[in-house]
Order: sequence, then structure tokens, then C-alpha cells
Amino acid sequence: MAKRVGMEVAIAVAEVVGQCNIDMAAVYPITPQSHIGEHLSDLVADGKIDAEFITVESEHSAISAVIGASGTGARVYTATSSQGLMLMHEILPIVSAMRLPVVMGIANRAVSGPLNILNDHSDIMPQRDCGWISLFVENGQEALDLSVQAFKIAEHKDVNLPVCVNIDGFQLTHMVEPLEFPEQELVDKFLPPRVPYATLHPDQPLTMGAFAMADYFTEILKAKDEALKNSKKVILSVWDEWAKMFGRKYKPVETYKTEDAEIILLTMGSMGETAEMAIDELRAKGVSVGLAKLRLWRPFPFEEIREVLTKAKKVVVTDRAVSFGGPGGPVCSEITAALYHEAVRPAMYNYIIGLGGRDVPVTDFVDMVSKVAGDEIKAGAYEFLGVRE
Amino acid sequence: MTKKSGPAGWREVTTGCVVFRPGSASEYHTGSWRSERPVWDNQKCIKCGICYVFCPEGCVQQTEDGFFKADLDYCKGCGICAHECWPRAIKIVEEG
Repeated sequence: MAKRVGMEVAIAVAEVVGQCNIDMAAVYPITPQSHIGEHLSDLVADGKIDAEFITVESEHSAISAVIGASGTGARVYTATSSQGLMLMHEILPIVSAMRLPVVMGIANRAVSGPLNILNDHSDIMPQRDCGWISLFVENGQEALDLSVQAFKIAEHKDVNLPVCVNIDGFQLTHMVEPLEFPEQELVDKFLPPRVPYATLHPDQPLTMGAFAMADYFTEILKAKDEALKNSKKVILSVWDEWAKMFGRKYKPVETYKTEDAEIILLTMGSMGETAEMAIDELRAKGVSVGLAKLRLWRPFPFEEIREVLTKAKKVVVTDRAVSFGGPGGPVCSEITAALYHEAVRPAMYNYIIGLGGRDVPVTDFVDMVSKVAGDEIKAGAYEFLGVRE
Repeated sequence: MTKKSGPAGWREVTTGCVVFRPGSASEYHTGSWRSERPVWDNQKCIKCGICYVFCPEGCVQQTEDGFFKADLDYCKGCGICAHECWPRAIKIVEEG
């Protein structure tokens, strides 16, 4: 078994990406992602990994540079956060349309304005429909594990899609946690060299990123949608393989005491561990409650969501972003849609929590569930938790 | 309108729409977009070649006698050649 070390999670993510035999990385600094890029650049400059680190003038350039490198068949990595991700937005659907297995770490941070550097999910939510596989982690160990898995998923011959690993900014990136690094031999075994579908090479000229008009556009987008949906099979098999090699199991929807629960609370990202403590407190008081943690955001795990949530009478979804003037939180809106056609479905409650780094302690989760248990709030509506009137 | 030889259904779309056959764009005749065409008056043409230089489609060609003409399979009728032609030898006329 690998040794556990105490390390800041962002630095550790860079370390583990360095174990993945990457050929190239292009990262532009932005808080709270910067330590990932800085440490990767150190690893390259110190000759610890055999890769190119391209310094770029913006995130738009970073994502564009990794597209070019990935097109040549290289294994590539980039990372960003908040405004940087927003600047990449224009290019993100092109990466997935070109079916390039780019891996990106996102240190989730609130989008301006007002300017705010702290954690929520308002940066990733606007990227929802860009055709990327999108994973969320709950702690530092998961950030490491999923960063390695991301390459295997992305590069699988039945996937060929970009993957982003969402790591809550500060709450995770800047924590020093006890972390278990996978042994290099095992990483090499788990992650063989990339076998690209096509490469840019003068010996065999080809075109990537060609133009398509109305006569083919629909077919091309349908093919992309099917590719993303089909990637779930590969994701599940990669998680099985990971469990066999490294002992840690991953599921699209993780559950904690949900089997007999009348109320299920749902979180995505780092708040899951705090919510677990609230579940224990509530259970001690006799409240029938459990916790579901959404790990796989895209492709959306419809079957697993239905299987876990239809057993409950009430579902309390927490969102870390707002769809302004819309249905409330994007996570709740998608879960509600996933359950709509079920014959028996739970009442849905939506709390918008932890915006721009606002702390959500155990007591807040206890309060949310208690209000729902006591019918103090209306089903189908959404509420900004703790907003001052 | 040129018949294109692309995928029949979505299942036939190559991964990432990679086009493995180089030069296949030449099979797409953009001339079908045209509503107007350039017409050269060789009495005025001084064979300077500015139309050849400025054609964004690369479809203006020099003929053996030194004058110029557009390959109408690709000419979109944008009119840049006529705009640039300072001896005013090119007229843009509506397609019949």
C-alpha cells in the first residue's frame, strides 16, 4: 500500500498529473487554481517529468494550445478556475466536437460580479452544455484519484472526449490533507500510452475541425450527444478497474444511509462530508434522513438518480449556483426533470447554499432538513439559505 | 448544387468529424452560393493581376493570353475583384 503524505491538494493534483506521463500542459494562473499550474511548471523545469509546459497569455490560449497538442496525439492537461473558465468557454464545445481527450482540473470559484475569489459552482454551471464529461470530487484523495482516472476515461477508444475534474476552490485546493499517491508502476499499468484516433502529421495529411453546414450539422451533434451518453459505460468500467487496483470505489451517485430514508439530502462537491455529519446528528434525533452525493454531472446519471431518490418521500437538493430568473439551482432542476416521468416521485426542495465562499456548517444542513421534515418550507420552490432580509 | 459525399446518417460521422482525404474541400462548389458574377472587359484590363491577388477564394486564374477569369465553380460573387480593379475592367452583373 502506498504511503500517506500530508500535502496541499492543489500541489498534490499537479504531482499526480505528473505521474500520468503527460506530454504537454498549458496553464494560465488564476486563484485558486494557480498552485496546480505553478507546481506542474516546476516539475517540468526541474526535469522531474518529460513534458512541455507552454506558458500562455490567457486561458483562451491555454485551452487552444492543448487542442493543438492533443491533435498531434499528445497527452495534455490544463487547469483553470472561474473567470479563466469563462474565457475558455468559447473553445470548450470545440474540444468536445473535435473529440480530443483533454483533461482539465477546475478549482471551482464564484464568477464575478461582484469580484469574489472564493468557492461555489457558478463557473462550471455555464459550461454544462459544452459536451465535456464533468466529475465532482469531495476531498483531496478523490481529486487525486479522479485526475488519474480522467485520462483513462478521456482517451478510451469508445470515448475520445474531454474530461473536467471539479475540485472546490480553497475548500479543497488549499487544504493540506493526508493523501495516498498511487504507486508509479500501478499508474503506468492503469494508464497505458494514449492511442489517438487520428493525429496531425505531415506523412498522412488530414483535416480536424472542418466546416459543416445545415446539411450535416444535426447528424454531427447527434453523434456527439450519443458519444457523451455512451461514455458512462466506460466511466463505470474505469471505476471498477480502479477499485480492483487501488481499493477505492467510485459511483455516479454516492450514498450515505439512504436505504430506509424518507428524506434524502443531495450535495455535489466538497460539502458532502459536512452533510454526512448532519445526517448522523439528525438520525440520532430520530429523523429518517440520508445523503446522496452526485459525482457524475455529465453524462447525467439518470438511472442511478432514479434508483436512489424515488425511494424517498422528500428530496432536498443543495445548489452552489443560481439559474437567475429560472427554476432555481441547476442541479435541482435537472434532478426534478429526471424524476418527472416516474409514477411515484418525491417532493422536491431546493436550497441555494455556499455562494461566493459563504460557510455552510453542519448546523445549516440540520436546519435545512429539519425545515423540510416539519413542512416549514414549500416544495417546488427554492430558497437562498440564510439570506439576510 | 454539387452533390457532396458526406455521411448518410449520424452513425457514419467519423470521430470528431476528422476528414481523412486531403483536398476534399475542392469537391464543394461554393459557386452555388453566387447571385452575382464578375465579368472582365479585356479592352480595359492592363493585366496587373490585382484581381488574382485579392480573390479570397483563390479562384481567379490567369489565362494563356495574360488576361484573367474566375472559376465559376468556386466564385461566390463577392465582388472584391471588381472593387480592387482600379482600371475598372471588372463589372459585377446579376446572375440570369
